[in-house]
Amino acid sequence: MNVIYNFAEGVLPFAWADYKFMVNAFIAILLIAPLMGILGTMAVNNKMAFFSDALGHSAFTGIALGVLLGIHNETISLIAFGVFLALVITRVKNKGKASSDTVISVFSSTAVAVGLLVLSYGGGFSKYSAYLVGDILSISALEILGLLITLIAVVIIWAFIYNKLLIISINRELAASRGVKTALYENIFVIVVAVVVMLSIKWVGILLINSLLILPAASARNIAKNSRQYLASSVAISVICSVCGLLISFYADTSAGATVVTVLAVVFFATYLFRKK
Amino acid sequence: MASENGCGLCKIKVDKIGVKKGTDVLLSDVSFELHCGELTALIGVNGAGKTTLVKSILGEIKHQGTVSFESHCGQKLSKITIGYVPQHLDFDRSAPISVEDFLMIGRTVSPVCFIKKKKISRELDEILETVGCKDLKEKRLGDLSGGELQRVMLANALYPTPELLILDEPVSGVDASGSEKFYEVISDLKQHYHMAIAMVSHDLGIVRDYADNVVLINKSVLKSGNAKSVFSSDEFSQSFYSLSKEAEE
Repeated sequence: MNVIYNFAEGVLPFAWADYKFMVNAFIAILLIAPLMGILGTMAVNNKMAFFSDALGHSAFTGIALGVLLGIHNETISLIAFGVFLALVITRVKNKGKASSDTVISVFSSTAVAVGLLVLSYGGGFSKYSAYLVGDILSISALEILGLLITLIAVVIIWAFIYNKLLIISINRELAASRGVKTALYENIFVIVVAVVVMLSIKWVGILLINSLLILPAASARNIAKNSRQYLASSVAISVICSVCGLLISFYADTSAGATVVTVLAVVFFATYLFRKK
Repeated sequence: MASENGCGLCKIKVDKIGVKKGTDVLLSDVSFELHCGELTALIGVNGAGKTTLVKSILGEIKHQGTVSFESHCGQKLSKITIGYVPQHLDFDRSAPISVEDFLMIGRTVSPVCFIKKKKISRELDEILETVGCKDLKEKRLGDLSGGELQRVMLANALYPTPELLILDEPVSGVDASGSEKFYEVISDLKQHYHMAIAMVSHDLGIVRDYADNVVLINKSVLKSGNAKSVFSSDEFSQSFYSLSKEAEE
């Protein structure tokens, strides 16, 4: 990491590069943004915007579970609960007759309520309120390494499941008739999304994580004509907006996550105006 | 009526297919043969079990009986490759997926967004030309007309080359010129590919013009033969004209 710090200080001619926490945040953003850009494409294709929102909100219960079970590392209980909830929602959605937004809403509100109930016991909620907006400036070198490993793993898994997910996103029955195990690939995808969302939530925040996942892909959809353009522009929009947002937040002294999402929203509306009719 | 590539000797035997749902009998003892190089039309009134039969042949629902393939030299295969063109593909028309992406999915394991192999790309040019969609490769799926989409679905069903191609009311909701073009392509395929084609259709005019054989079903096979003999049969008039009389009354 020291090499990177020295590099940043020496090469980047900006005031922010002198601060270690800013360089850390910068690298972290460069890892989180492509992750969100990649996964977002399929989340949007499969109309899972509300699903990932619910997943983010369920982080409260994940933390609460960790507290109840006495697990020291919150990330473990977060991921475990996130994966569990993602699989349960997917199963209920595919089996049940209720419309999927109703199913997701029920799970989402239950997870938020139970989480808040446990965490607020004895008036101790303020300790956890940092999770609401997240704080990317507090990320450590070790945690950055964790994100890097996650990014590599996601890209590898992605390469294996991409074609299957794409045909499922066109039509499930068509995919099944071509011999694709739809439930298996859907489950792999929601597990990956759950793990990535839960790993990033501490830095991005419960309220903003879904915007980071959905907005780049939604913007890319406005301009892309094929799957390659879609993925490439989603990742590019995600990375550029995240970096811009982080730097603006440094100079304007605003919350990093909120600034990033605002920049993403501006780009979404701009691409919406220029979308291909 | 064997064509130049379809030897007419290979046959797909649909043998005693039966389907029950609870106590309702949807199909019972449905047997007929499909020959390569021939188009067999499956006709029948609404609720006669045509779609159920297609799903049974595709192996999507539990059924009794078997579907087997026998090559011209008498060799039997229990598993055959079936190409299927659905009646109507319900999908998100705003999705950024091109015709090339769509057709490439089934042909390669490498992600179609990263790697576009030239060999496969050339194969796609050929197959798109066969179905009369030469210039559509770069177009988004959602931008295709109804007729174009069905021909792209047909191109999709032709890989891997099937022994049996099933068309489930392939042009319902497609305009007249789109429908005509589709059947021209089908006639062409029949000539040049070694496969049997089964088509579910409501359009008796199309059936008369394009089908080599007709199978009239209502829970079971009522009548089969060439279009002329089936259309002039009592079973046919009972099935279709009694309905129109009821409607008139």
